[in-house]
Amino acid sequence: MKYVDEFRKPELIRKAAAEIRRLVDPQRHYRIMEVCGGHTHAIYRFGLKDLLPSNIDLIHGPGCPVCVLPMGRVDDALSIAAQEDVIFAAFGDMMRIPGTQGSPLEHKARGMDVRIVYSPSDAIKLAKANPDKHVMFFAIGFETTAPSTALTLVRAKTEKLRNFSVFCNHVMIVPAIRAILDSPDMRLDGFIGPGHVSTVIGCRPYEWIAKNEGKPIVVSGFEPLDLLQSTVMLLMQLQKKEAKVENQYARVVPWEGNRAALRVMAEVFELRPYFEWRGLGFISQSALRIKPAYEEWDAEQRFKVPGIRVTDPKAAQCGEVLKGVLKPAQCKLFGNECTPENPVGALMVSSEGSCAAYYNYEHRKHNRLTSLSLSA
Amino acid sequence: MCLAIPGRIVEIDVQNSSSAIVDVIGTRRRIDLGLLEDDKPLVGDWVLIHVGFAMSKISEADALEQLRILEMLGESDAALQEVQGYGLHSGDDTPA
Repeated sequence: MKYVDEFRKPELIRKAAAEIRRLVDPQRHYRIMEVCGGHTHAIYRFGLKDLLPSNIDLIHGPGCPVCVLPMGRVDDALSIAAQEDVIFAAFGDMMRIPGTQGSPLEHKARGMDVRIVYSPSDAIKLAKANPDKHVMFFAIGFETTAPSTALTLVRAKTEKLRNFSVFCNHVMIVPAIRAILDSPDMRLDGFIGPGHVSTVIGCRPYEWIAKNEGKPIVVSGFEPLDLLQSTVMLLMQLQKKEAKVENQYARVVPWEGNRAALRVMAEVFELRPYFEWRGLGFISQSALRIKPAYEEWDAEQRFKVPGIRVTDPKAAQCGEVLKGVLKPAQCKLFGNECTPENPVGALMVSSEGSCAAYYNYEHRKHNRLTSLSLSA
Repeated sequence: MCLAIPGRIVEIDVQNSSSAIVDVIGTRRRIDLGLLEDDKPLVGDWVLIHVGFAMSKISEADALEQLRILEMLGESDAALQEVQGYGLHSGDDTPA
């Protein structure tokens, strides 16, 4: 597959891994955060930790928009959809997210009209196909996804589509990184920067991390070679005591970002004064809401939303895993009460959740090896 | 939702330049080019697709340059090891 296979060549992976071993200072312990849930999954899926020397610690960041959404917001979305003649439309990732009364899929089993869509455009198509119903699209995602929701709202308004609205939960990556750096329990040497968010916002929004915080950040692609090359670039900066923003993913990420995407976002969205994030608490100006000009398509304006704050179950340590303070396996519920089949928190369900990544790639490997040795 | 995949544009709608068909490993899908209106892709271009929208054009030149850099990793080190093996740098002409 073009633009994928070339970045998985074994020979190049070997070279990159060797270069990393050559660059590390054996006396030093490196703590590098990969912000993006997609990077977390790639690291586990490709077994990249096994290629890195043991003094490089890759810490999972909060870049999973489904994981950071507090349970109360899921409940809000479901309460809108519980109303007469409303169709709940969301990406597949949202279907098994726990709400207080169960996940969207469980609500579907109890009779709610719940549909999976692969694009916000699909939600509009659904509305056009069901004129006697109202389609509520549960919009989640960082700046990667926000422009698509925005453009969809522009279209809905232009076409005067009356039976469609968006429940907006778009959040922003830079405030999350800022919250991590402000956190007293975090000591980090550098960042593997978000890949696809950066196609929209570009690389400039990360400059303060290098200039003000003195940490190197390398915007990275998602293939094994991308992540290894980004690690090489970070180590080189650390070796030279440099701190700058570098773009490893230049084949896809424009330094200035996507102006058209940023324009449509500015047309439709404005900043919420604050928003609650699982694990990071309330962060000001960290999330988007729909502007008054589009209020007819804002589910929060068209419907009454309970807006109740729901805290996670006491035993669950989702917040700490999200901040990178705990590794997934260190959560007391991991693998016992909380599994992908029976998730307690969103991190075990989302395609970008670090618990799901660890469970699916690492945990099962260990269990299989254990049972093999037992049966030998 | 970081998941984004590369696809090649095979057809752009004559009536709606925002609508295109891409080929993703042999499967064809309709996607939206509305976010690339400042830098409109052409048929044959590769784009990065996320939730049914093209987010960015993929630069062949940048991809090739990156692979070239990756190929070179370790080469200067290998050259250095080779030279050190000759014992030339210490002025020593006894065999290593």
